[in-house]
Amino acid sequence: MQFFLEVLIGGLLSGVMYSLVALGFVLIFKASGVFNFAQGAMVLFAALTFVSLEERGLPRWGALLASLAIMLGLALVIERVVLRPLVNQPAISLLMATIGLTFCLEGLAQGVWGSVVKGLDLGIPDVPFDVKGVLVSQFDLFAAAIAGFLVAVLALFFQYTRVGRALRAVADDHQAALSLGIPLQTVWAVVWAAAGAVALVAGLLWGSRLGVQFALSVITLKALPVLILGGFTSIAGAIVGGLLVGASEKLAEVYLGPVLGGGIENWFPYVLALLFLLVRPEGLFGEKHIDRV
Amino acid sequence: MLYREAGQFKTSYRADQRIFPILQDRVVVGALLLVAFVAVPLWGSEYLVSALLIPWLILSLATLGLNILTGYAGQFSLGTAGFMAVGAFAAYGFQLRTPAVPLLLAFVLSGVCAAGVGAVFGLPSLRIKGMYLAVATLASQFFIEWLLTRVGWFTNYSSSGVINAQPMVIAGLAINTPPRRYLLVLAVVATLALAAKNLVRGRAGRAWMAVRDMDVAAEVIGIPMLRTKLSAFAVSSFYCGVAGALWVFAHVGSVDPQAFDLTRSLQVLTMVIIGGLGSVLGSFLGAGFIVLLPLFLPSVLSAVFGTALRPGLLPNIESFIFGALIIFFLIVEPQGLARLWQVTKEKLRLWPFPH
Repeated sequence: MQFFLEVLIGGLLSGVMYSLVALGFVLIFKASGVFNFAQGAMVLFAALTFVSLEERGLPRWGALLASLAIMLGLALVIERVVLRPLVNQPAISLLMATIGLTFCLEGLAQGVWGSVVKGLDLGIPDVPFDVKGVLVSQFDLFAAAIAGFLVAVLALFFQYTRVGRALRAVADDHQAALSLGIPLQTVWAVVWAAAGAVALVAGLLWGSRLGVQFALSVITLKALPVLILGGFTSIAGAIVGGLLVGASEKLAEVYLGPVLGGGIENWFPYVLALLFLLVRPEGLFGEKHIDRV
Repeated sequence: MLYREAGQFKTSYRADQRIFPILQDRVVVGALLLVAFVAVPLWGSEYLVSALLIPWLILSLATLGLNILTGYAGQFSLGTAGFMAVGAFAAYGFQLRTPAVPLLLAFVLSGVCAAGVGAVFGLPSLRIKGMYLAVATLASQFFIEWLLTRVGWFTNYSSSGVINAQPMVIAGLAINTPPRRYLLVLAVVATLALAAKNLVRGRAGRAWMAVRDMDVAAEVIGIPMLRTKLSAFAVSSFYCGVAGALWVFAHVGSVDPQAFDLTRSLQVLTMVIIGGLGSVLGSFLGAGFIVLLPLFLPSVLSAVFGTALRPGLLPNIESFIFGALIIFFLIVEPQGLARLWQVTKEKLRLWPFPH
């Protein structure tokens, strides 16, 4: 029982890390209907920028602010160069464009900052501590707190600010929002900037766990089943989906792994998501779209 | 002036239903086939044949497969490489366990295996569509990759996981030199491309296109959704499966699940989009573009920058330019290279007059 709890909690907490990546996806998908395949590349780009700036002697907060500024600039460039010319194209063209963007960002990040694996120490000790006999990782708890904080900030931002309201309007109906005079391009730039900031946070946390390296770009793929479970358009869904995926994949690895031969972590979340889709095609918290397939 | 159908009257239904209704098209296609089947094997250099043409043709076949699914039937898939892997391993298995089965039949059977697997993984398409489906097909990609790596029966219990493909023999003739392998690939690809061209203008293809354009309307006019969608998945996977088998036997020569990872799926998807959705010609153009680009980029880059670049930078610049070109193409011509060819044809028809 104790072992089960330990695996479960470890899974839940690592799921939070997936949620962080999924969050960036949801933000962009919600506001612009673009399935941003490049989120993982943005995570890599952000983390590499931060580490490299720090290496070049910037203080920690300076590096943080500078990389935040760079992510904002990147969002503006992406909106201007990639999204604006592709307005009104079918979703698959936009998906393809973000796949192209992935190559661009990966090349850019590693071309500018080098492709050596870099360590990142956030100064949070990664020693497990004991809660009634169950070992819990301190670092994971910290990550969970950060994720919770981010979601709270985003929720408040969406709910109570003028820009947030514009975002929700755009998410609801592009054309209606446009005809009300909401500047679509500004909204997109804001959303990509927010996604960039989320990518920076995710990059720092993942980077200090795995080292800042190319593999960061691949964690996007772990966020996809999270999205399916939670629904593409729900911030809360990203969190809950992340928890579900994290917990189930660890439990599956521990309990089913020995039977099936190990390494099932890679596909188990997808199959879970697939089965889930058969029951509830719009995800846990996704908007119900009434169309027959 | 040159490319004009004026004066070419169709006097029979047969003539009206030809694949290439215009004489000039038939001449060009005939000439191309002549060059491909006769001139290239005779005079083509080994580099041209084995490093360019063979991978291009095989990837064109896979692209054609995905194009049937995505371009004609409107179902996204990110699991192409998974189905290619099924074909590759099935062909290996048939050659290994049933040596009596001739090679070509083994290829066909491996395609059939991939079709079966594809139909199973196509089942979610009956419930979901769009991006959700794309993500769902990723499940097939990862699951198949895992299954082929983990279950020893598929790899014949080889310890390294990488196995050499058996030498190819057709009717006592060893297919071991680049020209012979090229001819085998070319024959298979040409046959399947012709079949695809006929398929998409027949009943099946029209049903797929109806589903793509509006599924509710398609169902209302009596197109069975289940059969149509699953047949699209099956046919598409068949093509991918044969492409996977060819890739392993005629190109790389070793059976390795790593050759069919997600990158391959994305690569094939890129080829479909760059080439043009819903176009057989586009599949070939798109595959050509993506195969040729990485071969030309390094030489172009080193010609431009010389040796001024620090080592290790080049692959990153390549990656950047590759991505930028994809975006550029999408912005300039969202409907792909096939559309450019259409525009050219329109222009040629009027030439030398502007209108």
